[in-house]
Formats: sequence, structure tokens, C-alpha cells
Amino acid sequence: MTVFALLNARLLDPASGYDGPGAVLVEDGRIRDVLRGACAAAPAGVTIVDAGGQCLAPGLIDIRVKTGEPGAEPRETLKSAALAAAAGGVTTIVVQPDTDPALDDPAGIDFVQRRGAALGLINVRAAGAATRGLEGQSMAEIGLMTEAGALYFTDVDHVIADSRTLMRVMSYATAFDALIAHRPADPWLSQGAVATSGELATRLGLPAAPAIAERIQLERDLALVEQTGARFLVDQISTAGALETLARARARGLEVAASVSVNHLSFNELDIGDYRTFYRLDPPLRAESDRLALIEAVRDGLIDVITSAHTPAPAEDKRRPFQDATPGAVGLETLLPAALLLHHEYGLGLLEVLRPLTQGPAGLLGLEAGVLAPGAPADLVLFDPGAPLRVDADRLRSKSRNSPFDGRSLQGCVSRTFVSGREIFAA
Amino acid sequence: MTSSDALVETIRARRVPFPKPHFLSATDLNPLATTQILDLASAFVELNRQSSKGVDILRGHTVVNLFFENSTRTSSSFEIAAKRLGADVVSMPVQASSVAKGETLIDTAVTLNAMRPDILVVRHASSGAAALLSQKVGCAVVNAGDGRHEHPTQALLDLLSLRRAFGDVGGLTVAICGDVAHSRVARSNVVLLSMMGARVRLVGPPTLVPGDADRWGCEVFHDMREGLAGCDVVMMLRLQLERMTGSLAPSTREYFRFYGLDREKLAWANPGAKVMHPGPMNRGVEIDSDVADDLSVSLIQDQVEMGVAARMAVLAALAEARA
Repeated sequence: MTVFALLNARLLDPASGYDGPGAVLVEDGRIRDVLRGACAAAPAGVTIVDAGGQCLAPGLIDIRVKTGEPGAEPRETLKSAALAAAAGGVTTIVVQPDTDPALDDPAGIDFVQRRGAALGLINVRAAGAATRGLEGQSMAEIGLMTEAGALYFTDVDHVIADSRTLMRVMSYATAFDALIAHRPADPWLSQGAVATSGELATRLGLPAAPAIAERIQLERDLALVEQTGARFLVDQISTAGALETLARARARGLEVAASVSVNHLSFNELDIGDYRTFYRLDPPLRAESDRLALIEAVRDGLIDVITSAHTPAPAEDKRRPFQDATPGAVGLETLLPAALLLHHEYGLGLLEVLRPLTQGPAGLLGLEAGVLAPGAPADLVLFDPGAPLRVDADRLRSKSRNSPFDGRSLQGCVSRTFVSGREIFAA
Repeated sequence: MTSSDALVETIRARRVPFPKPHFLSATDLNPLATTQILDLASAFVELNRQSSKGVDILRGHTVVNLFFENSTRTSSSFEIAAKRLGADVVSMPVQASSVAKGETLIDTAVTLNAMRPDILVVRHASSGAAALLSQKVGCAVVNAGDGRHEHPTQALLDLLSLRRAFGDVGGLTVAICGDVAHSRVARSNVVLLSMMGARVRLVGPPTLVPGDADRWGCEVFHDMREGLAGCDVVMMLRLQLERMTGSLAPSTREYFRFYGLDREKLAWANPGAKVMHPGPMNRGVEIDSDVADDLSVSLIQDQVEMGVAARMAVLAALAEARA
């Protein structure tokens, strides 16, 4: 199958802004041509795949995926994560470095990317640790890891409390034009917290941190970005206060990117309800007003990237008292339908929803994918945005089934996923 | 008259007063005085290569080496320089003695001053210490390294080495590479090399080469290939190993990979480019032995030899200025 044509599709390409009928011609794993308009006929001798009028978009790029490989394979392997991604229309994942051992040297980056490539499924890339062992003390080998292919550098959920360490990491990274991601959370205010301060946390008696813990740390991080000129990603922004800080910095001309997890676009703290541990997330779920502000930030383009924040945790780690349960949720398979909620419920256009799932992360990380354009890798997802979907966690492909969407009704079903022109998933 | 006598005559003829009462910073020099002092130093180089190296320019003078920081190389270089000029030399490593007893720098200076030395050679871990001492004593003070500030005799000996290798430093492009932020050698060399018409570049990771260093009139590079392209001289700086375990650079292997000078990186500089290092070297960290020990490209041995001659010239000129 060196040449085939996907005909009769509704093309959705956030990069060019095109939303309309058309076809995509694929040759040797890359997009040879994008034909716009209805009834485009394929050249003779080309295998034809009928898209049946469904939406054809660049494959999703999920830049915040945890697996258990290496070190915690019972939770998730690269293979189970790749299968889940394929089923979710995700064609590129960026594995987080908080593995065991941590991905803090070039050998670790190389290991994950080689193991991922050997699966022959999706594109498996890795982020490197910003500090050695994710301990926030001494910088990791950012240069060597960049050479090994690490896409960005992060201590994941660990906050780099020492401002001097973070400043040096940022400053050093500029020599390699490396992207640093950091989660804004004041480490002292957040210590031990499992919920956001407020009526609910008080009533449930949960240790909580005020929402300003995020804004306080973000103010510091952005000041360090100004000082060092680093390329920076605000990882997992989740509060309205922090969004205001981000907007002010952008208005001043500071170029920083921001990501949000789809969970924080979908749920608020009330979903915790009666200590439901599948809603124990990190950062914790916020107020409804925060969630609505995040949706507006996606609409306004203040947020560049939506992630699944895929965090597999087996049942034994979740079936615990709320504050003892492992935080996080799986999300690769539900990323697209969950994000489409913004289209169905909040009136965002399909392109507006897809941009932070494709072109946004691709541009941030310098990837060729994420666009429907001649020459780009033929990483594609074919989906029906309106098809109803009832999430059944037991049928998820992840080894861990800790999905907060379990039992929920969503809209949007992936019917086919292609990576480098090869079909890796068909519903 | 033997050739040795002729040399001594040359030296006496080239005697020149130092432009300032103290030598605290490379900015105490000017282009003319620098040239004259280097001319004098060149004569000392010849003298030092003879079996009879003595000349009695400083006979009866007392030179005190006051080193608050460990240093074998610089201390002995000054001591040999002063002795060859016929001075009485007292070397005082201070770190373990009076400072430990709580005596302040000023107290030490006042005490020493009462002993009437003629030249005080000072090394101290704090920037500005030599200048402070110079205000409290009646003799000439030579800064042999004050914190991260300056090490002006090192710059002078580097200049002497370059002049002998290239003839003239005017128009040369010199890349100073490595830990510029903490280097007194770099600061003195930037001043003196620029003063003498060389183009100076600073090359190293952003944590070690401050971005605003371009305000010194130098070009700043964080990429070694770009920084070395078109350079005639590659001056490597010593990197303190404790700065390379994650605080300012991730590891020695990463540092060497991107900023350590080896054959491959040296090839990015101009053909015939020379390599310098103030010593002591961290082999395999900032410089590969293969390059450091290759006498066809390395001036590192020369630098040590020029050190004694340059310091003889400085001591002689300071004494001349007070005569």
C-alpha cells in the first residue's frame, strides 16, 4: 500500500483553517496531495479508501502521557499505551520522564523511543527530566538528551521549588533551544493537598490547597522566563487566576505556551462527590468557574495544547481512601470525544477544538505532523464527531482502567487511525 | 662584553615606569605602556633562558607574596620573578594563620605595611580585595587574582605569549571559552586584548557566559561551532569541577561533548589557530589532552614560561615608577 487515496471526507486542517469536503492522497507514508472540494477523483491505479463523509484530521498529538515502562509495567506498557492511543486517534505520544528509573539521561530517552518504534504502531517520543532524578536539585543532561531526541524537559508533577535551580535549567536550555515545561504549584501551599480549598473540601474534610497556589508559582516561573529568555510551557494550567497571569504576560509580549488537561475541561470539584477516587487528579479538580475560564482560554487561543494527562493507575492504587489514592486518570482513548464536548456543548468550531490537539503541540515541539499538507507524515484520524459513545472502562485498551469518564455518554467515535500511511486502528 | 652582559644592558635600557602606582586591573595599563612592558618582558625571556639568570634591578627591595588563597603556580611564578630581579622575597600563605585567628584583611595589611615592604603581591578570594589593600599600604600592590574580578598579570603573560606566536595581536580574533562568569582571567583578558586591538568572543553555556557580557564589547556565543568559526586563538578557561555536577552544567561528559576543546572543535577555528589555557587543566573536561599536549597548536607551556618574564617586567616597572 504505497499509494492510496482517502476520498469523500470532510477535511479538518487547523493549520490551514480548511474545513470542507476533500480527499487526501498518501504515498510512501507521507501526504502526497490534499485535494479540496467534493467528488475529487483519484488518479488511476490508486487504492481508494472511502471515508464515508466522516471527518479526516491530522492524527492527535498528546504531549503528556505516562506509561509504566520502564519500571511499572503492570500499570501500562508502551505497547498497551500505543494500542490505546491508536484507538483514540492519537498518532504521537510524548512519554513523561517520571519512570523508574527516571528518563534523565540520553540512554533512557533512547530506550523509550527505540522500544516505541519497535512496536510499529504510533510515534512514541519522550520528554527528558529537567533535573536529575526529578529531584529538583541539579540539572539533567539537557544537551545530550536533546541530541538523543527528547522533545522537551520537565519534572512532570514535581515542582522545582528552588528558583535558582529552575533559573539555571532555563538558562542552560537556551543554548540548545530546548523547551522547558513546569507545573505551576506552590510546593508549600500544595504540600499534602488532594483538593482545592473551598466548601466541598471543607465539607469532605480533605486536605486542600487554595487555587492561588497555582498563580503564585506561575508568577515566579514567568519572571524566570523573562530573565532567561527560555522557551517555556506552562504545564497543566487549571485555574482562572493563573489564566489571568498568563494573559497579562502574553499581553506584555512574553512568548510562553500553555497546556491544559482534558479532565480539567470536563470536570469540576463537585464530581468528586462522595470521595470518588477516579476524580482524584493532580492538579486537583477546580471550581466550575475555573473550568469555564479554561474553556474560554481554549477558545481565545490562550491555551495552545490540550493533553489527556494519561496517568494509568491500577485498581488497587485507586480503591483507597480519597487522600491515599494515587492521583491521575487514563485518557488516551477518551481524549477526542472528551475534547469534542467543547464543540457540542460550548460552541467551539471543530477546528478550534482540533488545533490544540494537532497543530498546537506540533508547532510547539517542532514536529512535522499535525497538519494536512503535502509532505507531512500521513498520520491521520478518521472520526464521526457526532456519533454517541458510552464509555465503558472495562473495554479500554490501557492496562489500567482508571477513567473518570466511565459510564458517561460522550459524542465522537474514531473509526480509523493511520500512522505514516499505515492503518493501525479500525473500529 | 659577553652576550649576557649585553642582555643586561638591553634590559636596563628598556626600563619603563609602570603607568600607575599599583597593578590592580588590566585597566591600569595603556597601549603604549603595555607595549613597552612587553618589550622589557621579552628581554627577560632571553635572560631566563641563560644559565645565569640574575639581574639586580630590585636589589635591596622586599617583595611580599601575600596569598589568601591556595596557589602554587602563581605564587612560585612571582617568587622566582622577584628573586631573579635580586629582591628579597617573603612568601606568606595566609589562609591558615592570622585569618583563622580573626584578623581582618586591613589589620594584616597594616601589620605588613609596618614592616616596610616595597611590593605586595596579593591573591584573595574576594573581588576588590587587592584594591582595598592598596588604599591601606604605602608600597606598590600587584593583584595576583581577586575573586572573580581580575588577574591582570595573567592577561599580560597571555598577551606576551600571543605576541611571540603571532607578532602582533591587533586584528586577531580570540575566543575565550568556558566558565567566563567565574573567571578573573577572562575579565582581565577581555580588557587587555580589546585594548591591544584584538576581537574578543566569549563562548560557553548560558549558565557560564552571562548574556549581558556582550556589553563588555565582546560577541557572546553559546554554540562552540559558531563561536570558534574564524578564530585565531582559542583560550580555554578552567572549570571548577563542583560547578559541573548539575548546578551550572549537567555533567562533565555533557560539558566535554558541547564545550570541551578537542581536535574536532579546534578544526572549526582558523587553520593554524593556537590554543591557550591558564592552568591548571581539567583534562577531558574543558580540554582534551590530545590538543593540550600538541606543541604545534598549544601555547600552554609557553604561557607558564612567559609568566615569569611578564611578572619580572611588572615588578621592575612598578619599582621604576617609585624610584
